[in-house]
Amino acid sequence: MKKVILGDHAVSYGALLSRVQTIAAYPITPQTLIVERLSEMTANGELKAIFTKVESEHSAMASTIGSSASGARAFTATSAQGLALMHEMLHWAAGARLPIVMANVNRAMAPGWTIWTDQNDSLSARDVGWMQIYCQDNQEVLDSIILGYKVSEQVNLPTMVILDAFVLSHTAEGVDVPDIEDVDKFLPPYKPEIKMDINDPRSFGALTSPDVYMEFRYKMQQAMDKAKEVIVEEGKKFGDMFGRKYGLVEEYKTEDADTILIASATVASTAKAVIDEMREAGLKVGLLRIRVFRPFPTEEVIRVLNGRKKVVVIDRNISFGKTGIFFDEVKGAFYNSEGNKPPMFGYIAGLGGRDVTPKVIKEIMEDAIKKDKPESEILWKGVKL
Amino acid sequence: MIEILIHGRGGQGGVKASLALASAASKAGKYVQSFPEFGVERRGAPIKAFTRISDDPIVVRSKIYNPDHVVVLDPTLLHSIDVTEGLKEGGWIIINTEKSPDSFTEFAKRFKVATVNATKIAVDNNLGSKAAPIVNTAILGAIIRVLNVASKEDLEKGIKEFVPVKAEANIKAAYEAYDQVKLGKEA
Repeated sequence: MKKVILGDHAVSYGALLSRVQTIAAYPITPQTLIVERLSEMTANGELKAIFTKVESEHSAMASTIGSSASGARAFTATSAQGLALMHEMLHWAAGARLPIVMANVNRAMAPGWTIWTDQNDSLSARDVGWMQIYCQDNQEVLDSIILGYKVSEQVNLPTMVILDAFVLSHTAEGVDVPDIEDVDKFLPPYKPEIKMDINDPRSFGALTSPDVYMEFRYKMQQAMDKAKEVIVEEGKKFGDMFGRKYGLVEEYKTEDADTILIASATVASTAKAVIDEMREAGLKVGLLRIRVFRPFPTEEVIRVLNGRKKVVVIDRNISFGKTGIFFDEVKGAFYNSEGNKPPMFGYIAGLGGRDVTPKVIKEIMEDAIKKDKPESEILWKGVKL
Repeated sequence: MIEILIHGRGGQGGVKASLALASAASKAGKYVQSFPEFGVERRGAPIKAFTRISDDPIVVRSKIYNPDHVVVLDPTLLHSIDVTEGLKEGGWIIINTEKSPDSFTEFAKRFKVATVNATKIAVDNNLGSKAAPIVNTAILGAIIRVLNVASKEDLEKGIKEFVPVKAEANIKAAYEAYDQVKLGKEA
């Protein structure tokens, strides 16, 4: 059934349809309406889950780890400083190979105090061993929660489903909310191979000496590699069942494009309008949207970019002392590849929620098209000096 | 695609009006987006709410800077902000006021003006208090009549969804505004 709902509530419905069994959340800012709706759903019996109100985000993730380890399908949601406070536990969730799904509302980090969107909160958690999915609309948000469990429970790594603050979280649009019986056919109940069980006691996360630790990390990387296949397979199956297919990346009018724009999240959505406009003016431009950032779609990026004249990356984030993070990762993916390496332009725009309008994106594209190569590794867009 | 900007004050229900309008338009198969001015809303302070309605999927996700039409929930805003900022020439300005469209001669030079006394309709239907009437549903009746973006039946559903408290009174207010709104001459 199609409903007009906020991105936050698309997450709540995704969790409801996935029949999550536990939700632990800290309900104060930067928390969002996601868990408010889930608390209502559990209170009125619509969702049969245990909702635990905890005293911090660190505890929220600790509690989620506990319930996931005991075999429950566990969910939580956070944002910005909340995600940062969880950081230690993020490592624990991934290292313990728990298929937790968490929504993160992408908000810039304080100070100065902010509630507006950028990607520095989730990208600070780049290396913790979580999969990261960047969504472009509320439908993808809902679907990605369900898909998150489907993939996580096969590869035993947690998934972070990421949505832009306000631009998705507080924006309502039409979302097809599938019937739970249909979701049941796609996502069966979680049956872990190993779980905490008082009748079958085991040791979890025990002291791990140097002669075995590295093997655990090797297996996590193997799981990430496998996740690339599983994400594509399940995204296709989801498409067969629900009519909406998802992959690691999305290509938009790339086929004959000389210049490829790379973007993620809602910036990529807005960019489609710019690609259309520039195409109408006769310019051969296309968009590569990076949907899954971890595992990183190295092969897809190389395949799409190889042989192009120019590549333009828009980052709504920055690694201080280096460049935009997507820009850096795309370049890195290319280094050992065969064939032509097109010049890459790395723009930073929209930090702290500054609006990335079609005009901003078009100006970026025009700037890159008129130059032979970038004058510096970071091209700041719209910074007031 | 039609882009509508609602000017109001925190507490008047502008954001809910935008949501109910989007929901109503979506019932007829339109693609919609509804969002508030991103930030923290304060009661009494000027607020904006944005609505996009389109026959095709909506990919643009920035704010609306050049609306096709604007709605003014509180006539006192006319003195404190420029409600026509960015408004496309020939667009409608739908104002909650007791005045007639003819009184807005300056606006009428470039835009079309419609007026409705949504405050009186809200008070008559016991929506909010006399001091702080909640005019959002009444104005919706005027919006769908002037802009023809949703049917009355679909608006009723949209109001029930997003303004479930006193739904019947709110629907009645919307219908009264639908009948009472006065349309000025074409610009």
